[in-house]
Order: sequence, then C-alpha cells, then structure tokens
Amino acid sequence: MAHQIYSAIADGILGGGVYALMAVGLTLIFGVLDIINIAQGILVIVGGYLSYVLSVHLHIDLFLGLLITIPAMFVLGLIIHTAVIRPLRGSERTSMSLLACFAVAIILEGALYWIFGPNVVTLSASYINASIKVAGFYINDIYVYCFLLAVVLVAAIYLLLYRSKFGRGVRATMQDATAARLIGIDVNRVAALTFGIGVAVTAAGGMAYGATSGGFSPNSGYDLISRLLAIIILGGLGSIGGALVGAIFMITVESLVDIWSPNWAIVVFYAALVIVLTVRPSGLFGRRAVRAQ
Amino acid sequence: MRPKRSRRKSGVRFLSVSATTAAAAALVVGCSSSSSTSGSGGGGGTTKSPIVIGASLSLTGDFSADGQAYQQGYQFWASQVNANGGILGRKVQMKILNDNSSPTQVVTNYQTLINSDHAALTFGPFSSLLTAPASSVAHRYGYAFIEGAGGATSVFAQKLNNVFDVSLPVANELDPFTAWIKSLPAGQRPASAAYPMANDPFASPQVQRTQSLLTALGVTTKYSNIFPEEVAAYKAPADDVAATKAQAVVLGSTDVPTVSAFMSAFEQQHYNPTIFIAAAGPDQGSAFTSAVGVKNANGVMVPNAWYPGSTNPLSQAMVKAYVAKYGGSASNINADIAEAYSVGEVADQGLTHIGSVDNAKLISYLHSGVTLTSVQGPVKFNSLGENLSATAYIFQWQNGKFVQVLPAADSGSVKILYPKPNWGS
Repeated sequence: MAHQIYSAIADGILGGGVYALMAVGLTLIFGVLDIINIAQGILVIVGGYLSYVLSVHLHIDLFLGLLITIPAMFVLGLIIHTAVIRPLRGSERTSMSLLACFAVAIILEGALYWIFGPNVVTLSASYINASIKVAGFYINDIYVYCFLLAVVLVAAIYLLLYRSKFGRGVRATMQDATAARLIGIDVNRVAALTFGIGVAVTAAGGMAYGATSGGFSPNSGYDLISRLLAIIILGGLGSIGGALVGAIFMITVESLVDIWSPNWAIVVFYAALVIVLTVRPSGLFGRRAVRAQ
Repeated sequence: MRPKRSRRKSGVRFLSVSATTAAAAALVVGCSSSSSTSGSGGGGGTTKSPIVIGASLSLTGDFSADGQAYQQGYQFWASQVNANGGILGRKVQMKILNDNSSPTQVVTNYQTLINSDHAALTFGPFSSLLTAPASSVAHRYGYAFIEGAGGATSVFAQKLNNVFDVSLPVANELDPFTAWIKSLPAGQRPASAAYPMANDPFASPQVQRTQSLLTALGVTTKYSNIFPEEVAAYKAPADDVAATKAQAVVLGSTDVPTVSAFMSAFEQQHYNPTIFIAAAGPDQGSAFTSAVGVKNANGVMVPNAWYPGSTNPLSQAMVKAYVAKYGGSASNINADIAEAYSVGEVADQGLTHIGSVDNAKLISYLHSGVTLTSVQGPVKFNSLGENLSATAYIFQWQNGKFVQVLPAADSGSVKILYPKPNWGS
C-alpha cells in the first residue's frame, strides 16, 4: 500500500505538470481579458494535432516541433482575438465571450473532424512509453519531460510578466484597464498579444496531452475543459503559478483516491475545489494576491 | 365611400382570412401525406416512392468513429439493396441524423425521424447507451427497432417488444474466452486476474460475468473496479492494475482510446500480463493498430461476432462488394460495417416476407421464431429481441493479422497465442 501511495503522489506531481501546461494559457487569458476561454479544451487538441502532423508526416521530434507549433498557435490566438473577442463590448462582454468561445470551439472541432476524421490518433516517440525505476516504482520519462517543460514555461511567463515592459503593461491592464489606457498603454494590443501567448502555451499543453493520453480525437476536448476550469479556479484566476500548484494539487488528490475507487477519484477532484474555495474564495493564489505584486 | 381607416381594416381582414385559409389547406394536405407514411402504413403501397429508413448515428462525439462506420454500413447496405431492385420494388433511402453521442439528442432525433421526416422504418443507433432511450421512442410510435449495437442488459431490461438486436448479446461475448480458460490444465491457467471496467452499460456486464466464471475456476481477483469513461481518468486505474501484477487482464472497454491508454500505462510500468483481452477497441482494425502500434497489438484479444475472413458466404459476398466499392483491403473492414449491414439484411428479409412496410406486422414476424440470415450468421430473436443464434468468437492480433482463435474447435480458428508476447515484440 505504501508503494502505491508513493507512486500515486509521484504520478500526481508529474501529471500535474501536464495539466499545468494546458491550464496556464486559460488562466493568463482570464487574468488579462476577464473572459473564460471555453475553447481551451479544443485548442489543446489542436495543439496535439499540430504535433501529430509534424511528428508523423515530417518526422520532427515532439519537443523540437514546439518551435513551430507555439508560433503557429500564437498566430491562431491573434486571429481568434481579433475576429471573435475584440468586437465584444459592453457590460455583457464577459457572458457573451462564453458563447463566442463556445462557437470557436465548435468550429475548430468541426474543422478537425473534416481534416482528420473521427479516428483516434496517437503521438509516438521513443520516450513516450519509456520509464525509469525510482525507489521501487516506475516514473514515465514523458511525464518528467513535460513537468520540466511546465516549470520552464511557467517561469518564462513569470519573467515576461514581472521583468519586462510588456509585462508591466499586462499587469497594469489586469489591475485596471481604464487606468492603463489613460497612462498610454495600448490595452487592445496588450489583450491581443496576451490572448496569443495564452493560446501559444496551449500548443505545449496539446503536445503533452497527446503524448500522455494514449490517443485523442476531435471530440477529446470536452473531457478537458471542466478539469482545466477547476484547476485555474483552485489555483486562483489569473495566477500563473497558481495554475501549476493547482494542477499538481488536484491531480495528486485524484491519484491518491483512485487507489481505493476510480469513480470517487473524480468526485473528490471537484470536492477538493469546493473545500479550498470555502477556505480561500479567491483560490490558492487568487487575483488579490496576484495584484498585490 | 368608406373612410380610409375602414378600408385598411377590411384589407387586412381579407389578407388574414386568405392566409388562414391557405394555412388550413396546407395543413390538410400535410395531414393526408403524413398518414400515408405513418408507422403502420409505412409509405403507402400505391406508388414506387422510396422506403425512407431513419437512423440516428453518432457522427460526432465519443462514439464518432463507430457512428461513422455504422453510417457507412447502413449506406452501403442501402446501395447494395437498391442495386438489386430495392425492397418490394421500391428503392431504399436512408435518412441519418447526428446525435453527437448524446442520449438526449438521440431521443429528439428519432422523434424527428418519425414525426417530421415520416420515416417508414427505423434502424438503431450505435451503443447500448443510446439504444435504450431511442428504442423507447420507437416503441411509443409502434415502430420496429432493428439494431446491431445495443446488446447490453439495460436495453432488454426495458422489455420492449419492438427491439431486435441482430448482434450477439453483450453479456455472453466473452463466454468462449472463459470456456478456453476452463479447458486449460490447472497449471496453465492464469492464477490471478484484473477486471477494470469502463462505466458503460456495454463494458461492465460481460466483464462481471467473466469475473464470476473465472473466480469459480479458482482465478484470484486482484483488481475489480469501474472507472469513469474519460481519457483523463484512465492512467490511474491502469497503473493500479499494473501494480497488482495480475496474470490476466479482462478490460471492460468501449473504444480504442481506453485500450490504448491502458496498454501504454502497462508498458510504462513494465507490466506484461500473459493474457490481455478487451471488450472493444482491438476490433477496430487499422484504427487500433495505428493507435497502439502493430507490434504492441500482438497477442491482444477481443470478442466479436464477425471478422473479414469469415467463411459465411453472405459475409464473403459483402466483403468483396465493399472492397470493390470503397477500395482498401478486407482486413481493414470495421466490424461495425458488418453489424450495420446485418440490420439491413434482417429488415429486408422481414419486409419481403410480410409484403409491406408495416411495422406491426414486421414486429410480429420477427417474434415468430423465424431464423433469418445475415453476414454475421443466423439471426433468431427471443421474446426480448435478443439474437440467441449469434455465435461468439474471440479474435486475436497475431503479427499484424486479426485472426479468429476461439472457439478452438471452430474450423476458422487458429492456434491462440498464449502467453501474450512482451510489448513491442
């Protein structure tokens, strides 16, 4: 039993890294634009398919392929923001953005069905099914790599937000968009670039999801969005570090409960969210904490 | 002369009366045409109008791979029937709606097919999860409901007289496997087994039945749990199964991603069971092998009632016609195609026998104990609509080929690969 618990904790921490890669973009977009990108799930799948195309048809390594998929998804993010998000105005903007993002999700899913069909595809690489033995249990190589990638990307986004001029503009917009506009910050440009960055990071999430899920298809995004929302709410909406911590916490709790009951594991996943919010309504690293920096 | 306001009022009144009259006329015409395509009338007999057959299929959503295969199966059957003059001298026209793998949408779709599209006949959707609610709708309107993918006990527990499943009842699909285990000398049987099951009415019954039968044979249960049917929730139970080091794994799966995720986790954990059989997924031909890799598929078993190499003459003719129409090779034909085709075959034989498109007569005929033929073999329904003449087979991937291995005594079976080779070999 102790062996199973240690293994579950290791799986949870490393698996949390995979989910952090998928959730970081979502929380970043909410933090700046105050919109919940319901299309995040399908964007993860788009990222997965991009990695699939590069890997299967061009034989480019999954991680090297990110040098192509991340910029590509950044451009996709800019397009979505310009065409769908930016035109939204007024007091109903947040609620309308839910519908708009849902429409984007449906369109992207339809496009994926049209291009790739309904059959499941998998990402393959020599390290996907490889593992190393640590303290009597196996740790999967791909999870270690994805966790390290998550740490690197979270650190990179943190540096961008807190050590760059652009980041100051982003944080100013997060705090008060009107005041930011008054001091000369091009809020629309900041919003567009932030949305693009949020979607770009999702490319890494898509690759990680595709490499660790055992297969995905155009409709795989539906399973993801509820989990990702739970993670960013737990971590604190708008908190980049919170997304990583929240993901690790939730996946670890789920892995531990799964030892006794897989069905209760998913219940506890969401119950943990409710419990934390009861104690800390803004999440572990809620917006108040973020803005305080 | 009447004042202008009065003239305007008269004009408006004239238009409204005219519009009402026109609408009433349209209603009368509509009613008379719908009565000629009712569930009991079935399209009328005085003209050569096509027989419209409605079906709701999962063209998107969780079951989309199977749903689209079923769509192709239904359409392929229709094209073959029409090439041979149709049914009762009338062409068959399939009307297919997308239910997005949703149990609520499938209900709406069948109501639409029956009430708005005036389908003369209905064929079933894919999966027991959708067949159960859909069959209730068809029953309400007196429609026969011939289907090929709704064999779970939950479907027949409704005790509807209009449901006819042309495929093998789900609960019995693994019986040849348990019979084989029983036939092994005690020293060769697996000492332990794990039974992970997806939370689905298709996956659990057959695995639970197998568990009880194997336990009676002395096979120790190391793991038996139902897990949520979502990709994100597969790794943890797969790792738990691997941790048990059970010699046999009987996986209650419904699709390729489930099997692929478990196999991947097993390989990562350096766990190779000597027996690995899944309820569904490995029967999806190239969709399965491209997901897991041809070498990893080696030794994996799955139950099914049909395979492309079947010696059934009807099956051989269908395979030949399918390859001629769609290209490719026989080995890549999805078993769903055969199931959907069998549904059409049974409907064809039933309608031809009764000489009309009358659902009530069709239901009565199919319950009469008659034995019909299909590409999957003989079809004979009991009072619940289960096909007790269907034969269960077990198939196994061997060196890239999908071959029949059980029942061992069957002429089409080859020697079973046991123990299962290591992953990648």
